[in-house]
Amino acid sequence: MEVARFCSASHVVIVAGKGGVGKTTVTAGLAVAAARAGSSVLIVEVEGKSGLATMFGTEAFSYDELDLEPGIRARFLTPDAALVDYLESHGMRRISKRLIASGALEVVATAVPGMKDILVLGKVKSLDESRAADLLIVDAPAAGHAVSFLLSPRGLLDAVRVGPISKQASDVVALLSDPARCQVMLVTLPEETPVSEAIETAYAIEDRAGVALGPVVVNQCFEPLPVGVSASVDDVRAEAEAAGRFVSDREAHDLARAVEFRATRHDVQREQIDRLRAQLPLPTIELPFLFTPDIGRPQVDVLADALTRGIERL
Amino acid sequence: MTDSAVEELLAESRVVICCGSGGVGKTTIAAVLALEGARRGRNTCVVTIDPAKRLADALGLEALSDTPSAIDRERWDDSGTATAGGSISALMLDTKSTFDKLVTGNAETDDQAQRILDNRFYRNVSGALGGTQEYMAMEKLHELHEHGNFDLIVVDTPPTRHALDFLDAPRRLVRLLDNRIFRMLMMPTRAYLKVASVAVQTFLRTVAKVVGSEVIDDVVAFFRAFEGMEAGFRTRALAVEELLAAPDTAFVLVTSPRRDALEEAQFFAQQLEQGGQQIDALIVNRVHPMFGDEAPAGLRAAAAELRKGDDEGSRDEQAAERLAERYENLADFREVAEIEREHLRGVHERVGSASITYVPYLSRDVYDFAALHEIGGLLFDDSATAGSTITER
Repeated sequence: MEVARFCSASHVVIVAGKGGVGKTTVTAGLAVAAARAGSSVLIVEVEGKSGLATMFGTEAFSYDELDLEPGIRARFLTPDAALVDYLESHGMRRISKRLIASGALEVVATAVPGMKDILVLGKVKSLDESRAADLLIVDAPAAGHAVSFLLSPRGLLDAVRVGPISKQASDVVALLSDPARCQVMLVTLPEETPVSEAIETAYAIEDRAGVALGPVVVNQCFEPLPVGVSASVDDVRAEAEAAGRFVSDREAHDLARAVEFRATRHDVQREQIDRLRAQLPLPTIELPFLFTPDIGRPQVDVLADALTRGIERL
Repeated sequence: MTDSAVEELLAESRVVICCGSGGVGKTTIAAVLALEGARRGRNTCVVTIDPAKRLADALGLEALSDTPSAIDRERWDDSGTATAGGSISALMLDTKSTFDKLVTGNAETDDQAQRILDNRFYRNVSGALGGTQEYMAMEKLHELHEHGNFDLIVVDTPPTRHALDFLDAPRRLVRLLDNRIFRMLMMPTRAYLKVASVAVQTFLRTVAKVVGSEVIDDVVAFFRAFEGMEAGFRTRALAVEELLAAPDTAFVLVTSPRRDALEEAQFFAQQLEQGGQQIDALIVNRVHPMFGDEAPAGLRAAAAELRKGDDEGSRDEQAAERLAERYENLADFREVAEIEREHLRGVHERVGSASITYVPYLSRDVYDFAALHEIGGLLFDDSATAGSTITER
């Protein structure tokens, strides 16, 4: 599938997954891949993390849109600002500020769980309706909160049956449950725990929240070493001799250990990717392990390349 | 041999709180600390929030269980090498039933308890939503500390970005009870509309307009049912606060060496500090192994040289290519290890922790006691503490 077609297939992509799996990196990579394919992108950040701003080398995001680079804009949606925005556009401008200033949102949010999520998702919905961009990418909240984030509109519909918030909730449910408008891109790591959690989350999102799932992104995959590169120190010595190069004993050990580490990780990863594929009937896109703990703009390009290839193979 | 920083911390604490952002292995570290405490003869209990399936199985936790269950000694000490007298129990936090118990325990009558438990607003807040999990984790800790017969309790905390969420959790309900709007709601039916100022009336109507009047009615019913119980909750919140501030309560911040995780860890530490707490130990999990001390550039040069070929044509080209691959691979790992070390330099000072301990990236996943003990060995090995591995390469 062409990347541009992928972007127009559903305008809202919610990037979800457990904390630490690289949701933010995938969000950045997808934004760059889409922009390259000519789509305009708006990234929606909901937790106020600094990761995306660092990757694009910009100031921290705020409620107002920020241009990251040609074709890519970003904003940080806070429940407070979304509420003010909502009230103002519904003729309640005068009280909106006071509602926030008095701490009343906190009180109401305690009384109505999911209230904050619905405010944020409601804003995403209105951005979608106003066609703010060809593709809206939502960097979903971390941890198990992604499922409750997506479940909250349904929960809220049950708790609040009348009034504008109820209307808002039912509009959001309509957006989330329409695969032509919205899909979830799950991100995971090729390790035991994250794979198990991705499988559970996938079923919870589809069955309970009723949101369509797109491809699952498996982040940080080691590429295999060429056949014949073994973890044996003797092999290193033999190769050194055959190639006519002096390799010290210590270096031979380091070379062998590094191969062993990578080969073991690679095998564990393959096993987990196979398990993911066997248990989840969804296409997967593998992203390479980047040998750096620093994800900057050049690394985002590498991930955008891999995402583009992955989407084209779908 | 001097004790490692973590060893010392474990020996001196009655309560250890493991905090940090999600995905850094907090639950695993909590299990390791509890196991190592037990191996040193302590009666330990680990409170887990959401353990991975296989770790939960190892801890004997098939489902949410509100009461700690002891793990058979043979399972965690199959070699029989641990100090006698120790034990390890585990439980998985059940937010709702912990909250129910708190309500039942504080209610003046059974009828009052039932009215609260049946209230729709209560059913909403008592689930795993909006800070309740943090609140109940602290409540559970308090309960185990008072009545549990444990001399070491290790608590895993919910993955939250805001450290204050759990420090502040017990106070939040008290603050809600103190809120003047809710105090007014607790007055006899609709009387609040008569005494309330015009401003407050307008405000309440607005809230009702936005969320629906049903919600207001549920909340009113809930707080009415709560009447007379505030004092109990207030006392409880203070007791939890004291427990967190006690000298034998330690905070362990768990992170990974990735830049984003370290940024989050620093943010977390700042917040804890604002809450009047200090990080006692920083554990950096999943640090890449060093694999020697050669500079990546030199290794890449070696690979390039091997690939250039040689003039005499006397060498084995395939062997040279394989060796070049090895050099590239070693260079990749050396590079990642060096950048990680660079990021970690001075990080424990930035988070205000007295010590920093590294746990290397294991090539396999961790889900049984043998693997937990292996990590324990690394944590308690003094050579893994700051100043040794990090600077002396």
